[in-house]
Amino acid sequence: MGELLINNAGVPVLAYQLVSLIIFFAGIYGFFTRRNLMMMLISVELILNAADINFAVFNRYLFPGEIDGMFFALFTIAIAACETAVAIAIIINVYRNFGNAEVDNLKKMKG
Amino acid sequence: MTEQIIFYLLALAITAFSILAVTSKRIVRSATYLLFVLLATAGLYMLLGYYFLFAVQISVYAGGIMVLFIMAIFLTHKPGKDIRTKKGWRIHASLLLSVVGLLFSGYIVLNNAIGIVQFIENEELTMQQIGTAMLGTGKQQYLLSFEMMSILLLACIVGAILIARKTKTEKNESNDTEL
Repeated sequence: MGELLINNAGVPVLAYQLVSLIIFFAGIYGFFTRRNLMMMLISVELILNAADINFAVFNRYLFPGEIDGMFFALFTIAIAACETAVAIAIIINVYRNFGNAEVDNLKKMKG
Repeated sequence: MTEQIIFYLLALAITAFSILAVTSKRIVRSATYLLFVLLATAGLYMLLGYYFLFAVQISVYAGGIMVLFIMAIFLTHKPGKDIRTKKGWRIHASLLLSVVGLLFSGYIVLNNAIGIVQFIENEELTMQQIGTAMLGTGKQQYLLSFEMMSILLLACIVGAILIARKTKTEKNESNDTEL
């Protein structure tokens, strides 16, 4: 492992994977500890970002002649934009109905 | 060697800012740390040689989504006020969960480490290649996903407006239920 992380050739796949793991579990931690909806959304963005890094890295290192991983990352970014827009609309609606944007309010739903 | 130094600087920044983003008490600071994480990720894409992905990450994620975040934060929070987090055993349980998960996945990753340290330098992807791949119907071409994405974006715009708009009848209804 040591010779993989520090060498004369380049950055190993392993290092990218560890960075992406750290972002992912930071996102998990934030998602479970925050009670504010905006903060939970920020954690979800971190998790999606970690997945994007893995797509790009595996594409570049393992299949350098193809561009599928890059397109997966592109489409994930677009889906993240959609998801954020809808989630923010919902959060604004929650704020309008309860006066704050905390997840504890949402014990009861209508319908 | 230069590449490695740049990578480790970016990795350090990503680690520090992603942990700060989920532990900070002020929401605007948290959003700013998220912005730094996204910019450093764009740096990683540039290091990998994906310049188009770099541009998309900067313009869509760091530009578009962050503006949405900041706008929504200013619409729904009082600035300068600390936000509340969960307390007690929940914090310990989630800390335990993420540390154990990190160690477990890290163990798996280390044991199955792919011993590739260098990628083959291709010539840079041209816009023409990206355009043909995005709008073709053959193998490894993505016209269907591209068009699905446009429908998804349209549905998302309509849905977001429908959810967030304030209607008169809805307001009256909520007043009635309060009375």
